[in-house]
Amino acid sequence: MVWRIGPKTNQKIAFGVLLLMTVITVIVLFFIIIYVFKNGFGQLTWEFLTSKTHDMGKEGGIFPSILGTFLVTILAIIIATPLGVGSAVYLVEYARGGLLRRIVSFGADCLAGVPSIIFGLFGFIFFVIQLNLGWSILSGGLTLAVMIIPTIIRTTEEAIKAVPHVHREISYSLGGGKFDTITRVVLPSSLPGILTGVILGVGRAVGETAAVIFTAGSSLGIPTTVFSSTRTLAVHFYILAREGISMPKAYGTATVLIIIILAINFIAYRLMHRFMKRYY
Amino acid sequence: MVKDKIAEKLFLLIALSAIISLLLITFFIFQQGIPLIFKAGASNFFSTQWAPTRGHFGILSMIIGSLMVTTGALLVGIPFGLACAIFLAEFSSSPLQKVLKPIIELLAGIPSVVYGFIGIVILVPFIREYFGGPGFSVLAASIILGIMILPTIVSISYDSIIAVPKTYREGSFALGATKWQTVRMLLFPAARSGIVAGIILGMGRAIGETMAVIMIAGNALKIPGSILDSVRTLTSTIALELGYASGDHRAALFACGSFLFLIIIILNIVAIKITGRK
Repeated sequence: MVWRIGPKTNQKIAFGVLLLMTVITVIVLFFIIIYVFKNGFGQLTWEFLTSKTHDMGKEGGIFPSILGTFLVTILAIIIATPLGVGSAVYLVEYARGGLLRRIVSFGADCLAGVPSIIFGLFGFIFFVIQLNLGWSILSGGLTLAVMIIPTIIRTTEEAIKAVPHVHREISYSLGGGKFDTITRVVLPSSLPGILTGVILGVGRAVGETAAVIFTAGSSLGIPTTVFSSTRTLAVHFYILAREGISMPKAYGTATVLIIIILAINFIAYRLMHRFMKRYY
Repeated sequence: MVKDKIAEKLFLLIALSAIISLLLITFFIFQQGIPLIFKAGASNFFSTQWAPTRGHFGILSMIIGSLMVTTGALLVGIPFGLACAIFLAEFSSSPLQKVLKPIIELLAGIPSVVYGFIGIVILVPFIREYFGGPGFSVLAASIILGIMILPTIVSISYDSIIAVPKTYREGSFALGATKWQTVRMLLFPAARSGIVAGIILGMGRAIGETMAVIMIAGNALKIPGSILDSVRTLTSTIALELGYASGDHRAALFACGSFLFLIIIILNIVAIKITGRK
């Protein structure tokens, strides 16, 4: 006798398998976060967050790394935001099909797929060596800026596209020029969407290791100028964990890192959600 | 108006920033790396002997290493990624979707060093204990990379499954097909190009991932004999040695970078072509 599974049974099996695999994925995610938190929360004291690092990270806190991460990220955002937003404005408002649009779009897509170690190599040879900026906050910020431009372009593009066409037409009918329409109508209404892109860029910058370790260096001093070398949280965590310097400190640093990333993602998600509700 | 003319030119200039960055990256990586490939010759460059301070620039074992962990990552990432995408798109209710989608996207936000760390403290000891070998292995790297590329595969496949017109599904249900039959025979073929693009981009992420791999792959310089052996990828070699390399050694690392970059760009172009065809 030939066994044949009926379509209804088949459907049930498929549903079961898909459900199981999705549940496993979600559990893995929660497991990673909870495991790090469980071991790291105990480390989180005011002192850990605000004191200097001693003995290569075996003792003391992570204040220099928090400051370094903040400075490198801010610099990257300041450079990448105008470039990303400007590119998106061009793509949506000016480029009407054609070769230029394809080139700009291709550039953004390709850049988005470049792995961070390649950005690290590039930043190292271009900013650190050719432009002689050394291992510094400036080199790290510039490298990260190049890396997050595509994130900001793509999110801003979606946000600008979502602004109803009528808004632009009203502005034109009131005698507004194209530039005025963009700066006074289109950009203000797409601000939450743009902010989402910027915040996602911050998230990428904060969590990045390979691109900053070879551009911002790994100095543990408190940075004084943009030419100071610094060690970001992610780099500090990497060094603590890989060289086995101090597991408790590694867990503590990872917890701080994950909390920052979770908060960033949550804010970005809420902003995007509210923005989408307005127009869809 | 003059202002508008100037503004248009200015926006165009800004818009070229991404492509200019890409060209700069290409130029500098190749300029540093390609001369060494010619100097060493293809037979040296594609050999298995890597001793860059003594004139041996063979990257074959690292290429094989990268291919092995990438294949492993795809074997883990594709089934789970597609399952999540299908489940989210077709089998879950709208409130469940609203919770699950951001949760899976959150996976993408977790820094790669955290994945590497989880690998070190959980997966590596587990493999050493239950499967043998050093633990730092192709298997460990494949599993962690597989988890890391999940969000890429899920979100792109999900978007392309969702994009299949609703009428297709209704037609299929009207013919008496079950949901699973509809997914298998209709949605899958219709969303094929998006799914393939998602897999290709996931593959690019896996090949290019560095920090997580360094932490869990063991980095031994030989072609692994089994999945429990230690392995070293192109990216790990660059990151491990760039800090102290100079002269031809540094150039050799850029040569590795050039090779890697070329693969990534090809993968990207293929993915862009596939998604653009719709």
